[in-house]
Amino acid sequence: MARHEGRGMASVNYPIGMNLGGDPSQALIHSNPDGKFTVALSAIDLGQGMKQVSRQIAAETLGVPVEDVYVDTADSDTGPHDMGSFASRGTHRMGNAIIVAAREARGVLLEAAAEELEVDAGDLVTDGRGNIHVRGAPSRSITVKATAQAAQFKQGKTIAGRGIFLIPLSAVDAETGEMNPNTAFAHACLVADVAVDDETGEVEVLRMTSAYELGRVINPRMVEQQLVGGAWMGMSHALYETPEPYYPDTAHGPRDFNEYLMPGPGEIAPYHVTVLERPAPDGPYGGKGPGEMCANPVLPAIANAVYNAVGVRVDELPITPEKILRGLKANGGVKPGPRRGGPVNWR
Amino acid sequence: MLEMRKDLFADERDDNLNVVGKGIQRQDMPGHVTGLTRYFDDHAFDGMLHLKVVRSPHASARIRSIDVSAAARAPGVKRVLRAADVPVNKNTLLSLINFGKDDEPSLAVDKVHYVGEPVVAIIAESEAQALAAKTLVRIDYEPMPAVFDVEEALKPGAPVVNETYPANYFEYHERFDHQKLRFGDVERAFAGADIVLEHRYQMSPIEHAPTETNGSIAAPEQNGRFVVHSCAQGLFFALGTTAKIVAVESNRLHFIGGTVGGGFGGKVDSLTEPLAVLGAMVTGRPVRFVLDREEEMLYGSPRGAERIYIKDGLMRDGRIVARYIRSYFDAGAYTRLSSYAAIKCTAHLPGPYWIPNVASDVHVAYTNRCPSTAMRGFGITAVDFALEVQMDRLAEAAAMDPMEFRILNAYRDGDMKPHRRKASNTALIECVQVAAGKANWPISEQGKQQSSLVGGGAGERGQIPATVLDARGQIGRPDSRNSGPTQTLPAGTSRIAPSKQPVMEGARDGRAAPTQVPRYEPARPTTQPVTQPLAPAAYAPQPSPYQPVAGQQPPPYQPPPAPPSPAPAPAAQTQHGAVRFSSVFGRRR
Repeated sequence: MARHEGRGMASVNYPIGMNLGGDPSQALIHSNPDGKFTVALSAIDLGQGMKQVSRQIAAETLGVPVEDVYVDTADSDTGPHDMGSFASRGTHRMGNAIIVAAREARGVLLEAAAEELEVDAGDLVTDGRGNIHVRGAPSRSITVKATAQAAQFKQGKTIAGRGIFLIPLSAVDAETGEMNPNTAFAHACLVADVAVDDETGEVEVLRMTSAYELGRVINPRMVEQQLVGGAWMGMSHALYETPEPYYPDTAHGPRDFNEYLMPGPGEIAPYHVTVLERPAPDGPYGGKGPGEMCANPVLPAIANAVYNAVGVRVDELPITPEKILRGLKANGGVKPGPRRGGPVNWR
Repeated sequence: MLEMRKDLFADERDDNLNVVGKGIQRQDMPGHVTGLTRYFDDHAFDGMLHLKVVRSPHASARIRSIDVSAAARAPGVKRVLRAADVPVNKNTLLSLINFGKDDEPSLAVDKVHYVGEPVVAIIAESEAQALAAKTLVRIDYEPMPAVFDVEEALKPGAPVVNETYPANYFEYHERFDHQKLRFGDVERAFAGADIVLEHRYQMSPIEHAPTETNGSIAAPEQNGRFVVHSCAQGLFFALGTTAKIVAVESNRLHFIGGTVGGGFGGKVDSLTEPLAVLGAMVTGRPVRFVLDREEEMLYGSPRGAERIYIKDGLMRDGRIVARYIRSYFDAGAYTRLSSYAAIKCTAHLPGPYWIPNVASDVHVAYTNRCPSTAMRGFGITAVDFALEVQMDRLAEAAAMDPMEFRILNAYRDGDMKPHRRKASNTALIECVQVAAGKANWPISEQGKQQSSLVGGGAGERGQIPATVLDARGQIGRPDSRNSGPTQTLPAGTSRIAPSKQPVMEGARDGRAAPTQVPRYEPARPTTQPVTQPLAPAAYAPQPSPYQPVAGQQPPPYQPPPAPPSPAPAPAAQTQHGAVRFSSVFGRRR
């Protein structure tokens, strides 16, 4: 009776946005007379950070401090159409729409500043701190606030922009499956270390180590939030969750969180993520989207680690103690696989 | 904990950015942690009524009769809704993009198709009164045979689950009972392979388990409009679905949402909005329809189960030469979004690898269980589980290390994918190399030297092969399921025109280049005072406890090429180079 450690891995890619396209997003941006911007959307923040991603992309493109941008979403009377927050599409689709809108608003902003400074708008740059100045000559400057006031009360200009991003809907060939699916793909590889108890069949995830390539990271804190939370969801999918434990038998359906198995704080595994950024040619600042894929490699990596630990393949999720014990019995005991490497290079 | 490897692909990025790439505190975080954030259910209305539905206790049954007279007379009950009260009582979610036939009623008409299907809706002054009245509804059912297994459901003579699709499968292209993928000649490649491995995988159904259950509040506004506080994941998706079902113009609905207590795909189906709006229309009062936890768990539409068979042809040197996948999405009783996921799955195959011969038959089967819907990784998560466990088996069969086996078979820039488009912007090999290094999983020098940028698209890797076609699985002809090849499509054949470039309106110069960064010029520390000093970030990046092993340290940061103007000194606010963060789970030093 012993605990057996094992190690498994998996590598995956993930398509960003609705597979066949046809999923537009729109954005409207306008400034108040003090040069403070509102981004009006109908995108949905599910907790993943849609509002903040939108805000940072808008501030970057406008060239103003992030504190000077707020995102207003979602009201169908004021926010223009968006397909929704699913299919890892938010950052990619909406981010592009916001860039288009912000570029238009920035153009008007610089024109208004050029008129005040009596220079060519093409010579102006922003410093990201609320100032517009002549390139290479920071002393010839005007604040965004003064510019917006001049635009509104003196010049009669609307500092505003509108944007849409649409990948047109692709047809699919019936006989070959030929299609134009997503253009942006994110990538990952994950290593799971587990311990399997050959008496109880229980699996403990000791730690996880991964590398994710996500295009440009818009906000590393929120990427971390997504990847870590998603990995724990992947652990939960692999080892615990299902409303039909003996699928396709429908019995034993849980009715609440007392009956629906999920990992608790004691089961949470330490996790190290390394993020690579290969910018997507059609992504906002090269961004792709970590939304959905963060759970995916965890399921097979744990299954492969269990096999490495005790020699049992569980091909039907979740990997319950019952299935492991049945597998051990069928195999006539523990058959550990080769050891793979030493202690991880992180603590 | 999270570590950024800014050194990789550095020549493909311009990191001279001001805001993007910074771990700035979220706009909505203070509200979330202080409880000030308002969700759909935080909107109170005077005179608000509560809607509850009576659900089917049977997986399959004919409805002989429904008697709501006692329920209608119960204390507090304002209105009882039945199927005939729903203006357009048949819908399918993807009808908004013209995909599939309307197959699902809001309230069951003369048959129920799964345990939990809504049959009658009760609107009462209080939730307790609505729940009490539910027990007074008398429904006489005649139980019918049911089917729960996807492959059983597709056999001739199986009980009919969904009358719109009487053979229990979604119909693709009005021709086939599945979506096909055909690339090369898998049968010939299997015959020439050293090893052939075939295994069966089963992804379980999974509950989304959001903190906030599905729900909405609808209330009459002026001018015949209705405001709807919604937790929908797609605001206009829910608005469009509701407008269709209650048969009003879209501008009579005013949807407010955008702040949702967790979705994971479980809030795409507009489970409550249509009946809440209908309730507000017939009573003239605000109506709240919220699922309780038990309803959310049992009837709130789970991630669908998937059964996946993978057959691979492998050479002793570790190259995969053929992959054939046959899989079954369990849609439950109605289509919802499963039909779409099957195509997404098809586009994803054979995973992030280059394999010269690939084929798949992806089926969507109807069974007598709660309709399944989107969930995180829809169409991908299950098949990734199957593919990657299969890859582990293949590596073992080829006596190779699993990491090396992935690198050997990984797709690279320029490789042709089975849906007949070239891969670009790939990075699987680099992810494997970095994860192996971090996990201290040794890989060979040769493995470390591989690159996604090199070697892809060479020779046959970049070509569309001659492809064997077949007419297996014709609609209404179960006998065609094992029929043989019909013709061979010549190499290089493409029948679907490439998509046009994204339409980007609103840019001042006509077309925006999304990756083009604005001309950002950081202020010099010594320039004149700025009007908007940046407040210090509330969450300053913390140094990571991880210390890179000698020799693995990323190269020191080199400033990007100078912008058109003379480059000013690096700004103190701009953070370039390797950024590392401590963990969210308390591993700070």
